[in-house]
Amino acid sequence: MSVILEVQDLKKYFKTGRGMLHAVDGINFRLEEGKTLGVVGESGCGKSTLGRTILHLLDSTDGKIFFEGEDVTHLDKPGLRKYREKMQIIFQDPFSSLDPRMTVSETIMEPLILKGGISKEEMARQTAELMETVGLASRFANAYPHEMDGGRRQRVGIARALALNPKFIVCDEPVSALDVSIQAQVLNLMLDLQEERNLTYIFVTHDLSVVKYISDEIMVMYLGQMVEKAPSEELFAHPLHPYTKALLSAIPVPEVPYRRQRILLKGEITSPIDPKPGCRFAARCMYATEECKKPQITEEIQPGHHVACCRVREIHTPEENG
Amino acid sequence: MEEKKLLKIEDLVVEYRTDGGVIHAVNGLRLELDRGEALGLVGETGAGKTTVAKSILRILPDPPAKICSGSIEFEGEDLLKLSESKMQKIRGNKISMIFQDPMTALNPVETIGEQIAETVRIHNKLSRAEAQKRTIEMLEMVGIPGERYGEFPHQFSGGMKQRVIIAMALACNPELLLADEPTTALDVTIQAQVLEMMAQLKKELSTALILITHDLGIVAEMCEKVAVVYAGEIVEYGTADHIFNHTGHPYTVGLFQSLPRLNSTEKRLKPIKGLMPDPSALPDGCRFCPRCPLAAEICEKENPALQEVAEGHFVKCHRWKEGAGCL
Repeated sequence: MSVILEVQDLKKYFKTGRGMLHAVDGINFRLEEGKTLGVVGESGCGKSTLGRTILHLLDSTDGKIFFEGEDVTHLDKPGLRKYREKMQIIFQDPFSSLDPRMTVSETIMEPLILKGGISKEEMARQTAELMETVGLASRFANAYPHEMDGGRRQRVGIARALALNPKFIVCDEPVSALDVSIQAQVLNLMLDLQEERNLTYIFVTHDLSVVKYISDEIMVMYLGQMVEKAPSEELFAHPLHPYTKALLSAIPVPEVPYRRQRILLKGEITSPIDPKPGCRFAARCMYATEECKKPQITEEIQPGHHVACCRVREIHTPEENG
Repeated sequence: MEEKKLLKIEDLVVEYRTDGGVIHAVNGLRLELDRGEALGLVGETGAGKTTVAKSILRILPDPPAKICSGSIEFEGEDLLKLSESKMQKIRGNKISMIFQDPMTALNPVETIGEQIAETVRIHNKLSRAEAQKRTIEMLEMVGIPGERYGEFPHQFSGGMKQRVIIAMALACNPELLLADEPTTALDVTIQAQVLEMMAQLKKELSTALILITHDLGIVAEMCEKVAVVYAGEIVEYGTADHIFNHTGHPYTVGLFQSLPRLNSTEKRLKPIKGLMPDPSALPDGCRFCPRCPLAAEICEKENPALQEVAEGHFVKCHRWKEGAGCL
């Protein structure tokens, strides 16, 4: 398998009145073609900013992005345009991400028009094909977004993202606004499309059950940094970082009798503005010691399982792992 | 003597009359609740869950909403027949409600403390000083230091705002708390804190709870009874154990199969096909029939009645026998 995307020490800071906001702070990963990387974390952890920085919707502050082996960190306008054909995004909110004054077919066709060099008939044919691919009946071709429900709108968003035959799609909470039965339909569609077209996804979400279902590998973020990354099954079976453990234990499980032991975290996410060096989770962590005030190093504990916690070996006694 | 039910809703019908036609939001809904009991009202967007809660408090905007028929008995009294001034005494005092979005439910230009104290003062006829004392008690009960009495909503985070709202709702020791998606806007770790606190308070104050949510996990954690709502009707009702472990209605089965599970290695979800019916043009017969994998001829013609399939477990389906155990 070839690596399609590589991100090295990527940083995105925002200037605010109170100082620098470290939204994404030193993220590293490699993503193989046809795979899905799930990015999870709570609001404000930088997961959406990460996706948008990779797509150049936001300019990175520091670090490097390689796409298909090419350094694409500082592209000029024509270069960017070519690169964007191969990378697309599906947004969270199908209610605000579609132009209310464009019909479904106009919305899906727009990327084709911008690309240029395609005849009108060909565009119409491709649009019809895209609508069929995402399961939209042709009667919706002239419908406006307000005439459709959330699930169908999200299908329009997906069709538009697929229009230029991209290789890589950032999915930014694509199913969070949908009801469970519709959410399941859209998730299945995304998996089918991935199989058919060998798409690579970065799937950003706060929903841990969804991320487990769709991802090959999962990265857990906390205040702009990666705290843990592992293959999906491994992460859920053996979470190592104290934050990941608390996060997983907080998911309400639809089972009766309910018998889960929660790790309740005290306090809330601290400010990402000019954070101190050291572990950003330390203030809420029950294992925190003096050592945690030093910058954390990400270690590969098991093959493919990376953790940024200096106390990970002490926390996990052998019997707990067995 | 048999103890009276705290809440008894009979054949409630609520419509929204709009220019586009009549929307049948709630269609003959029945529901009972004992004192201190927690009921989960589960269903998808547009099922009519929030309309039910707002009907109980009679805070539906009229027009367009209209409670057409039915009764809502609370402590033996039909709320739909009470005068507005009597109703005002019940709202916030005996029945209170927590809304979904903590960001918009508070007044941004009034301090947190005063907003809670206002409720206490109005309902309990306390002096300012007494109300303030009670407010500080309430804040501390939900884990907010009393010193923050004088702060404004923007100085609080989302989880804390929702705690403030819970404190406000519980300030008068209500018999019944209606919680409409109380944690949907919160992050999971914060949600865990708020749920834990709600469960604790419910135990201490023995308040009855109707928890409206789309999250079956939260229901499993918080509720003894569950009612599944579809197109303005209850399609399944029973103890949490029955609903989760002996699911009867094909819609409920579909809901469970749509959920990605943490403990399964299922490669594909089995979603319910199609969409909820348009509430202004509901199908004749069973409302779920067009999406139902078990639908038969009778389902198209006749809307089934709620049948008791086991003690205290009701299913509104002609073909529940075939459906049982397909989970």
